[in-house]
Amino acid sequence: MTTISKFLKKPVSSLFLSVFCGFVTSFIILAITGYSPFEVASSLFNGIFSRPKHIMNVVIKGMPIIFTGISVAFAFKGGLFNMGAEGQFIVGTIASLIAGSIFDLPPFFQVLVVVVFGTLAGTLLGGLTGFLKAKFGTHEVITGIMFNWIALYISNFVVSLKNFHRPNSNSTFPMKDSGFTGLRGNLGFLKDSFFSDILKTEVNVGIIVAIVVAIFVSFILNKTQKGYEICAAGLNAEAAKFAGMNVYKNTIYVMMISGGISGLAAALSITGTSPHSISILAGFENNGFNGLSVALIANNSPIGCIFSGLFFSGLIYGGKSMQSDLKTPSEIINIMMGVIVFFVAVARIFPIIVDRLLKRRQKSNG
Amino acid sequence: MDSFLFVLSTTLMYSAPLIFGALGGVVSESSGVINIGIEGIMSMGAFVAASVAYFAGDPWLGFIAGGIAGGVLSVLHAVASIFLKADQTISGVAINFIGSGLSIFLCGLFFDGKNVTTSIKNKLPKIFNNSNFSVDVTVLISFLLAILIWFVFYKTKWGLRIRAVGEHPATADSLGINVRGIRSCCVILSGFLSGLGGSAVTLAIVSQFSPFCISGQGFMALAAVIFGKWKPLNAYLACVFFGFSQVLSIVFNGPESIFPSVILNTLPYIFTIAVLIIFVGKSIPPKANGISYEKEV
Repeated sequence: MTTISKFLKKPVSSLFLSVFCGFVTSFIILAITGYSPFEVASSLFNGIFSRPKHIMNVVIKGMPIIFTGISVAFAFKGGLFNMGAEGQFIVGTIASLIAGSIFDLPPFFQVLVVVVFGTLAGTLLGGLTGFLKAKFGTHEVITGIMFNWIALYISNFVVSLKNFHRPNSNSTFPMKDSGFTGLRGNLGFLKDSFFSDILKTEVNVGIIVAIVVAIFVSFILNKTQKGYEICAAGLNAEAAKFAGMNVYKNTIYVMMISGGISGLAAALSITGTSPHSISILAGFENNGFNGLSVALIANNSPIGCIFSGLFFSGLIYGGKSMQSDLKTPSEIINIMMGVIVFFVAVARIFPIIVDRLLKRRQKSNG
Repeated sequence: MDSFLFVLSTTLMYSAPLIFGALGGVVSESSGVINIGIEGIMSMGAFVAASVAYFAGDPWLGFIAGGIAGGVLSVLHAVASIFLKADQTISGVAINFIGSGLSIFLCGLFFDGKNVTTSIKNKLPKIFNNSNFSVDVTVLISFLLAILIWFVFYKTKWGLRIRAVGEHPATADSLGINVRGIRSCCVILSGFLSGLGGSAVTLAIVSQFSPFCISGQGFMALAAVIFGKWKPLNAYLACVFFGFSQVLSIVFNGPESIFPSVILNTLPYIFTIAVLIIFVGKSIPPKANGISYEKEV
């Protein structure tokens, strides 16, 4: 084993190589189809980093997928593939909106109630998925997909209800503003500084909570007995059962927590950013599905999800400026993401290739 | 009688694309490779089929081209999961991204920045074409393919080999069967079939590609594979069942319907979960499904 391949075996280095390959491939596609890769790259870069406002928007847009990424990663550690994060996010949004419209409490308590309701809805749906898996053996990917659709139609149904529907629109009334979690009011001191244009964004508490949750989940997984049992059941359910762990309960708990995190994401996102209401969904908004990629790129590390979530959100947000500057179709971002995930999947190959090349060179030298 | 015929023909119409996708899933997973990328492959097939049919003016050419496009896209999955020992689920997720992204991207390129293709004039022919009983030729093709795959799987040595590779690759290998070769063929064939599923949407049901024309059919097909316990004919029936519950929600929908729309819309999905719980129980996948095979030296 040479030093280069040892270096490449480290998850972080092969991850960066995957990202690099993803960029190169998409730039090749762009070049073939007649866009200048350099212009695209600079537009993407400027769209993300040129002003504090843009960076802040990336953070704001990244918050939900950081959460769903953590949700998927946590389930992954427990050996479950939470394809239903999308649906858990949707029911979280519904429950938050309903709670935020019905209750009328002082701001702090209002936020608390809304967040609890959103989280609870996600927890219940996740728990139901876990229960069906544990009790009847129905595959969590299939039930997850089914629940996603059911959640989508329930959401559209809620929008159509008389009590919530805003006349002549395709959305509900916004929730009461005592439930909002924006921070603009608290950041007045930035007014005359370089960062003043952050005040033009919908900066909210979501990202702080996301970081706290990431650290907390990471702590549970790595430092507690419960976390150890979850990982053990995830790696080998039979062995864990043999060692006396209750895999049945584990499955349900893991899916409950995973669903809860997705629900929390929804609560913080509807309370944090406008329009603070639900619109008719023609298709999925991909908050949950993007979480899958976020988790995969982060190699299922909750802390890693913060960075991969921001990375992904940067691509989506920067992709919009790319589209408006250069008329580059924003689908290139999806392709780029797909290629990166693909290379993450085959990352094991990098050290092997280097090894072979080095061996060949040695042979020809010797 | 008329309404019966209507329900029957609409059921068959909705189930045909699912059947192609599900057969693709059965073929790939029987050989031991999970293919979660069917959705993305179907998008790609749907786009290529619609555009080839438009530019060449021949729906049959488009139909085949859609299948080939699916096969080509699944080469990526085959290389990753069979030769590079990638995690098959992750690779499948990547294929979904690439398939749906690439199809819309290419659509913009060939159709002046629009995200829909121009409608084709000639759709695939129908074998029956009455006002309330019209059956697309894709319905017949999907049925014949299901029979064919069943026959190959259970009546020929090729089928035996495929199943052996999916159940116990090491044993198959020791008998001189080329595990990687068989798996590669199966994954690519699976892509071809899923691609045909996409073609069946854009050439028989609607007449153009649009970003939402494939929305969940690939995942439904995946559900049908598990529902059908990885057997071709059972998967076929599972797809017909999904098609039927879709039709139920259409038949009962309407302004004077006694059921609220939310119940009707969610019916197919609730049905699926209920059936999985009540009738299927634990469906047991091929033993080596999802595990890449490494030869021990």
